[in-house]
Amino acid sequence: MLYRDMPWLVVLPDTVQQVQDTMRLCRQYNLPVVARGAGTGVAAGAMPHPDGVLLVLSKLDKILDIDPLARSAKVQPGVTNLRISEAAESLGLYYGPDPSSQIACTIGGNVAENSGGVHCLKYGLTTHNLLSLLMVTDRGELVRIGNDSLDSPGLDLLALLTGSEGLLGVVVEVTVKLLPSPEIARVVLAGFDTVSAAGDAVAAVIGAGIVPAGLEMMDRLAIEAAEDFAQAGYPRDAAALLLCEVDGTRQEVAEHIGRIESMFKECGASSLRISSDEADRALLWKGRKSCFPAVGRLSPDYYCMDGTIPRGKVSFVLEEIARMSAHYKLRVANVFHAGDGNLHPLILFDGGDPDSIAKAEEFGARILEMSVEVGGSITGEHGVGLEKIRQMPSQFSELELLQFEDIKAAFDPTLSLNPGKGVPILKRCQEYRALPARHTHD
Amino acid sequence: MTDLTQELQTAVASAARDGQAIYLQGGNTKRNLLGRECNATALSLSNHRGIIDYQPAELFITARAGTPLTDIEQTLAENNQTLACESPYFGGAATLGGTLACNLSGPGRPWYGAIRDLVLGLKLINGKGELLNFGGTVMKNVAGYDVSRLQAGALGSLGLISQATLKVSPRPEAHATLSYDMPASTAIRFMNERAGTPKPLSAAAWFEGRVYLRLSGAEAAVRHTAQLWGGECEDEAPVWDQIRELSLPCIETQKGLWRLSCSPTASLTSAQPLLMNWCGAQRWYGTDSNVDPQAKPLAQGIGHWVNFKGGDRMAETNPLLDPVQTRLHRKVKQAMDPAGVFNPGRLYSWM
Repeated sequence: MLYRDMPWLVVLPDTVQQVQDTMRLCRQYNLPVVARGAGTGVAAGAMPHPDGVLLVLSKLDKILDIDPLARSAKVQPGVTNLRISEAAESLGLYYGPDPSSQIACTIGGNVAENSGGVHCLKYGLTTHNLLSLLMVTDRGELVRIGNDSLDSPGLDLLALLTGSEGLLGVVVEVTVKLLPSPEIARVVLAGFDTVSAAGDAVAAVIGAGIVPAGLEMMDRLAIEAAEDFAQAGYPRDAAALLLCEVDGTRQEVAEHIGRIESMFKECGASSLRISSDEADRALLWKGRKSCFPAVGRLSPDYYCMDGTIPRGKVSFVLEEIARMSAHYKLRVANVFHAGDGNLHPLILFDGGDPDSIAKAEEFGARILEMSVEVGGSITGEHGVGLEKIRQMPSQFSELELLQFEDIKAAFDPTLSLNPGKGVPILKRCQEYRALPARHTHD
Repeated sequence: MTDLTQELQTAVASAARDGQAIYLQGGNTKRNLLGRECNATALSLSNHRGIIDYQPAELFITARAGTPLTDIEQTLAENNQTLACESPYFGGAATLGGTLACNLSGPGRPWYGAIRDLVLGLKLINGKGELLNFGGTVMKNVAGYDVSRLQAGALGSLGLISQATLKVSPRPEAHATLSYDMPASTAIRFMNERAGTPKPLSAAAWFEGRVYLRLSGAEAAVRHTAQLWGGECEDEAPVWDQIRELSLPCIETQKGLWRLSCSPTASLTSAQPLLMNWCGAQRWYGTDSNVDPQAKPLAQGIGHWVNFKGGDRMAETNPLLDPVQTRLHRKVKQAMDPAGVFNPGRLYSWM
């Protein structure tokens, strides 16, 4: 845990009214407020403020309504991501975005971070799967953003609030879209001798006009760690592994699986396996989904990065990361949402050694800057939080950061909501004046 | 292929300095739709056009705001790709910038998303004449606020969209359209029940006593579902283009149009809609039909009315907002366009 702090006060509301009252009081006494769900975030986005109130929304955990015909669910922010799908399962429906932490992370946190998951390429991010929010403003007012229809009246504030990292308001109710559970899903597991061959296989699938439900890549260290942990039958000798899932009707899945199998063979797959049934599919995914804790067993600590890169740059970026790994003498396991270009390098380090911490942070920062240089972003789904706020100027110009700041002030003029996270404050706060020079990426 | 970014930036900066207002104009196809009349001097973006970058394997295209949608679709078709949002071309003049600003989308929206959902990033000139870059070309990007997507449906009130990057999709391999005779009230349940099953449904609409369902996807899946569901079946049905272009005879002949956006399963109001699209989540009424746009249940989060075409376009055409929403709208406008340069009064009389 690189980032930790004690809050001045913790508030655990169990009604929306209490959230409103808390916000009103905080505004009156000019107190910083940090809203928090399950605390599963990995960018220190909900780290407590030492002089502020930690507003923990975990007790607002009711599923208020599921409308099977309109295919939507109205839930409180403390409901976990997975619970929504579980509650809708008997109706043949589920909620699309599925972050790896879905067993514990809350929908309120998902909205704050615009969370993704392994199924984003086909089913979108949180922002594509919301209908409306009920939000408490900095002054304690209750306001509905969006509605039960697909178009918002006026400005699309729903788009602005999703992914705003708790900087613009506190979400106390979320209405999400539900999707019909696919008839069938099957996953192809393939090993490759080189990362570039796996990269070619990804390009081949996309180029063939197939939109996989999930398309994941793992490198050798990640494969070994996952296999030790999950015994899913991953090919230990492969330099890279692909998991490609397709879902839909039986006819469509059968056709696509056949095409993917032959494309992977053409790209030189050294091993190939197709899930035979649901249990086998779950096993193949188990390795991937438990990858983070599995890597955690290799080292006292790991530092998870979250840059996005153009798919075509994956070989180049992984080579650069390998080079930096040698330079910093820190091992890295790479897990890649190859379908949507979201790379999670896990840097292994020793949190008990200040030198190791410093090197891991520098290494991580270099990876994020490189992501921007190749045309990507410093964060694909985890958010900026506190962790990446110093990298914001590598992706945005000063004018762009000032525009963010003006938007922040439109919602929260006293800058009390989650201060110090998400977007650096340049104009209104002296302490962020000295920012590193921007890297050009035009 | 001209890049007028600098000229546009200069025009905005001088308007801001001189206290002048600008009406942003692309192909001039939607001036009398959606928003209020705007009396500012028009700034044409129609020559600021051209595709800047298109990478089929990365699934994105970047084009200048004045690029006609038809040009974009033509380029995408070479790689068997398309913009999944199916936005209207309005005779071929509709541009990328104008379509995004109006967030107009075709019949596939509940499944494929609106143009809003395809936005990956854009370059924007704000009300101070600053050229800003938000988002990018990658599928996932959560750094900073989603200012790009905020422009969708803002009717140009927050900034000048100079160029935009959209996600592109593979063209579905096959289509089929099934149709059935059915009254409107039955159709709502029917369309939504169908949408709740895992079949390759890609559009569901009702008009003139008949429901139309479109299936899209892998050939085998489309055939199988068509057989399973029955009804009259056509491979290429003109109704979807007509719905997208608002050119169905029952719509085109109307002098004025109300658009109701609501829960797809919302019960019918007393008046019969001319057309229900998106499983019933979008409903169209003639302005001479007996509808009450301020009908209470709709104001409570179930949906809202827009005076889409005709009628009094000096009055508000978009739904009234509650006081908190109104304040937030004003503040966001102020944050992006402090001098009120862009499209004054277009979205709301007070914005």
